[in-house]
Parts: sequence; structure tokens; C-alpha cells
Amino acid sequence: MIDWGAIFSNAAVELISPTTAAYALAALGLAVHFGYTGLLNFGQAGFMALGAYGYAISILTFGFPVWGAFLVGVGASVIFALILGIPTLRLRADYLAIVTIAAAEIVRLLFTTNTFAAVTGSANGLSGYKNEFAALNPLAEGSYGFGPFENNAYDTWLRIVAWSIVILAALLVWQVMRSPWGRVIKGIREDEDAVRALGKNVYAYKMQSLILGGVFGTVAGMIFALPRAVVPSNYQTTLTFFIYAILLLGGAATVLGPIIGSMIFWVLLSFFSGFIARAVEAGWLPFMTAIQGGQLRFILVGVAIMLIVIFRPQGIFGNKKELAFVR
Amino acid sequence: MSVNIVPTSPTGPSGKPVKTVDMHIGDAAPGCKKRDPILVVDGVRRSFGGLTAVDVDHVEVPRGAITALIGPNGAGKTTLFNLLTGFDKPDSGAWTFDGRPIAGVPAFKVARMGQIRTFQLTKALGLLTVMDNMLLGAKGQSGENFFRALLPFLWRKQETANEAKALDLLTRFKLDAKKDDYAASLSGGQRKLLEMARALMSDPTLVMLDEPMAGVNPALTQSLLDHILNLKAQGMTVLFVEHDMHMVRHIADWVIVMAEGKVVAEGDPHEVMKNPAVIDAYLGQHHDEDIGEDQPEHIEALKELLDDER
Repeated sequence: MIDWGAIFSNAAVELISPTTAAYALAALGLAVHFGYTGLLNFGQAGFMALGAYGYAISILTFGFPVWGAFLVGVGASVIFALILGIPTLRLRADYLAIVTIAAAEIVRLLFTTNTFAAVTGSANGLSGYKNEFAALNPLAEGSYGFGPFENNAYDTWLRIVAWSIVILAALLVWQVMRSPWGRVIKGIREDEDAVRALGKNVYAYKMQSLILGGVFGTVAGMIFALPRAVVPSNYQTTLTFFIYAILLLGGAATVLGPIIGSMIFWVLLSFFSGFIARAVEAGWLPFMTAIQGGQLRFILVGVAIMLIVIFRPQGIFGNKKELAFVR
Repeated sequence: MSVNIVPTSPTGPSGKPVKTVDMHIGDAAPGCKKRDPILVVDGVRRSFGGLTAVDVDHVEVPRGAITALIGPNGAGKTTLFNLLTGFDKPDSGAWTFDGRPIAGVPAFKVARMGQIRTFQLTKALGLLTVMDNMLLGAKGQSGENFFRALLPFLWRKQETANEAKALDLLTRFKLDAKKDDYAASLSGGQRKLLEMARALMSDPTLVMLDEPMAGVNPALTQSLLDHILNLKAQGMTVLFVEHDMHMVRHIADWVIVMAEGKVVAEGDPHEVMKNPAVIDAYLGQHHDEDIGEDQPEHIEALKELLDDER
């Protein structure tokens, strides 16, 4: 018989897991890029890789403190955004898409290549950089929380930091998007020539947006790296597409959309994987092996996202009124 | 020394617009000097491959008047507009706005100097509200800096003042009832009005309108004409591209005619219509031959050109 309790409790764990927070933050960065500014950034995985590696290498190779490693990661992503933006932001939006998808792959391959294995760990990646972050933990040893949300001190500390950053980032986005700055940004999404004709330096605004969303992606990469090892294969283009899926699920030009979207995405993913694994075990799906079952969850998540996009294209938090004017 | 008559009301006692007269020095020939030019263009050339779209030797736009830029399709009017506003770069040439050289200056800086343009295909920002569209037009907003945007008390006061100004303009353009709607929900004519109102948020000195009447129904045309005349009444200079001859005759103080990239004629709207170069430009070299019944649009255009104002 299927243990429904275990399936649901495993799914519930994902609700506040650091990975969910990391995806939420990366999706919030994409919301700034794509939802608000109309920049087609397909290289969010590259920004996340820079954050994860920037943090891990700073600590392991150079022995930086946590804040120093954090700044290295953020600095790397600002430079990355400038390199991407300077040649492409003057061009049409699709060029940025092409350049970002390629640049993110370049970043991943640079971290994978054996040439820098001493620093990057090549395909095996890096681990053993968690002590510095754990040392900052003010919580006493023991377990915190209740039910599926019960964790040890380190995991609780990580969750508190991760979700605090997500909340701060969400408040930041909410505040700037209701300011005159956000109005210019949204105007650029609608028609950048019109905004230029009104005396706004469109190029500078697009660059600021690219950097802001990229920094969110970078910090998300750090949060993503803290509960696991940094492995280059985690930062493939599929990561960017999962984040786009989360963004569209929640609503592209919303603040809460990426956060709730990430929760739904991870809870669904965990639920389907738990359900299918146990269903195969229980012999409900005789035509399927356990390995095939592991793949099926992505198919089911894909179907779920398709249904949402077809029947609610503005996302969960998107404004229904906007739908009447979809171009 | 300016002799421009700036009327306080767009229309005189007879109900007809008060025309600004006596703006040029010497004969009304292509490239003639103006007493008080706001825009002076010198030797601007722009070619696309083998096609020379714009080749203007010299032209001056008089200050405080309504100048129409007319010409057949493909004459280079919109290209010239794009060049003068920094949206396109010429192969060669220079031009000054208000005495300042602005060749090579990016579009957003040109706009900040007070030379604001609209587009032939309206660029209302669809998924912004009408009010947000208007507020975007205001100049020098401190809240448009990212870091200051985080601290609302730094820009709240300015925002409130801009909102009041925007509401005032929207009321004039009869769009105030729509202020919280998405611009995408407006009709084509209302979008033209919104674009013009938005341009006025920055208190421009020169307003450049690219085909303000294109796609606007006749009922709204009259109101748009009044708005353009009002701009002049408030001391702004207007330069517009238009195909509708009735409208040009009705409101323009000065007409510049382009054909095949060059300025072929200039002058008072009534005089310029009789200029053989203009008739050639519009109807081709053989307008005096029998053009036959199968080209009624030519007859219509000819009638329109030679038709005196009723």
C-alpha cells in the first residue's frame, strides 16, 4: 500500500527548503529582467554558477570570510552583466537572448574544464565550504520546527537566512517597481523608443535592470550551493528553463509570483517523484521501472505547467486585465 | 528681433486660426533664411544602400509657428524626423536646435533639451495606465534614480506635483476619465491624443509630430487640430509631417515640401500649393496630360491641391 503520509510530508519539506528559496530568488531576478524590463535573459544559470563558484572558490582557495566571499560572487555577476550588456543592450531583445544562453554555457564549461581543476574541481565540483557559514549560526544545537519542517540547527539557520534574503529582495523589487524608476523600466518593456523619445537613457536603465536581476541570480546561486556541493552540471540551460517555468507559473511581472511559483514547483516535483516511486513499488505501474518513474515526474510537472499556462497565461498572480491586451 | 505674432487664442474672431506671417527673409525659396529659426539643418544626407533617402542642403524651421513638412510617400520626411531627433544617424551633416549643435547627440538627450517627438505608428505604452504614461513624460524626476527610488519620501512631493500636472493635461485632452485604464484599452485616436499629451508633460519648446492625423476619425480630427493650434498659442513651435492637404492649409503657417529626399519648395501654405515643383512632386511630371478616368485618386489629389480654402 502507498504511504501517503510520507509522500505529503516529503512534499511539504520542499515548501521552505533552501533550494526552493534559491529558485524563488533566481526567478525574482528573471521577473526583473523579463517580466518588468522585457529583457530576454536565458543565462540565469550562468549568474547562479558565478554566485556558487564565486562563494566556494573565495572560501576554499583564498580563505575569505563569508561576507568577502559574498561580495566576490556579487562582483563577478556585476562584471558578467556588464560584459553581456555592453554589446547587446543596444541591439534588439533577441540578441540578448542568444548572447546570454551562450555566455551561461561558456561559464559552465569554464568551470568544468580540467585546465582549472585545482581551483574549480572540474566536473567533480567543490565541497567543504560550509563551515564558515555554519560558524555564524547563532542557534544552539538541537532541532527546531515541527512536523515536516523540523530541522537541525544548521538547516534551520540556512532556511532563516535564505528566506530572509528572499523577503528582502521581494520588498526591494516591490518598492522600486512602484517608483518612477520602475515606471521607466515597465515603459521600456512596452516600447523602448517611446521611452527614449521622452528623454530617458534607456540603455542605462536596461543595464541597471540586468545587473539587479543578475545579482539576485548570483545570490540565489549561493543559497543553492549551501545545502549541497557545487557541481558544474547543476548549472545547465535546463536550470534556466526551470526558473522560467516558475516565473510563468507565478506571473511574470509580479513580486509574489516567483516565490509562490517556486514553492508550487518544488512541492509538485517532490509529490510526483514520491508518488511515482511508491506507485512503481506497489506495482501500480507494471510497465515502468523505477528509473523511468524518476523521469516521469518532470513530464508530469511539464504537463501541469502547460495546463496552467494554457488556462491561466498571466500566471497565478498576474493581472487578469492584462490578458485582454496580449500582443 | 522677432516679428512673430503669438496669438493668445488659437483662433481669431472669424473662427479661423490666426496665421503667423512674415517669418522668412528674402524669397520663399527652398532653404530660405528665417528671422528667428529654432532648428537649422545643414547638408544632412542619409542613404540606405544605393537609395539616398534624405539629402537636405539647408532648411530652417521658424520659431513659434506651425510648420508642416509635406511630400509624397518616400520623400524622406520620416527619415529626416528620425535624424533630427537622434533616432537615426546621418552619413553627413549638422544641425542646431535653439543654437546648440545636436548632430550626433543621442535621442534621449535631444528630448531633454526640449525637442520632443511623436511617432507615426502610435507608441502608447499599452500595459501602463494612462496616468503612468503621462508621468513617464515628466522631466528631471529624482525618483528615476535607482537608489533614490528606494526612498519614497525623496520623490513623493515631486510625484504629486507631476500627477496634478498630468491630470490637468488629461482633462484638456478629455482623457481624465480614462486615467486608471491601461493605455492598450484606448482607441487609436485616443492613443494619438495620449501621445501628444505625454509629450507636453516635459514642457517642450519644439514639438515634432509625425503624421498626427493618420488613422484618426474625422470627428476627432477637429479636436486634434485645436490641440495643435493650442500648442502654438502657448508659445511652442510645432513641426509636423502630414498628408492631409486640408489640414495643412488650415493650420500650418509655413510649409516645407520634400520630394526624393530634397527640399523642393517652401512657403506660405496657399502659395506653396501652386508651386509647379510641388505639383510635380505629387503628381509626377505629366500631370498636365490626360490622366484618364482610371486614376480617380489623381484627379482627387489635383482637386485638393488646387482647391481654394472654403
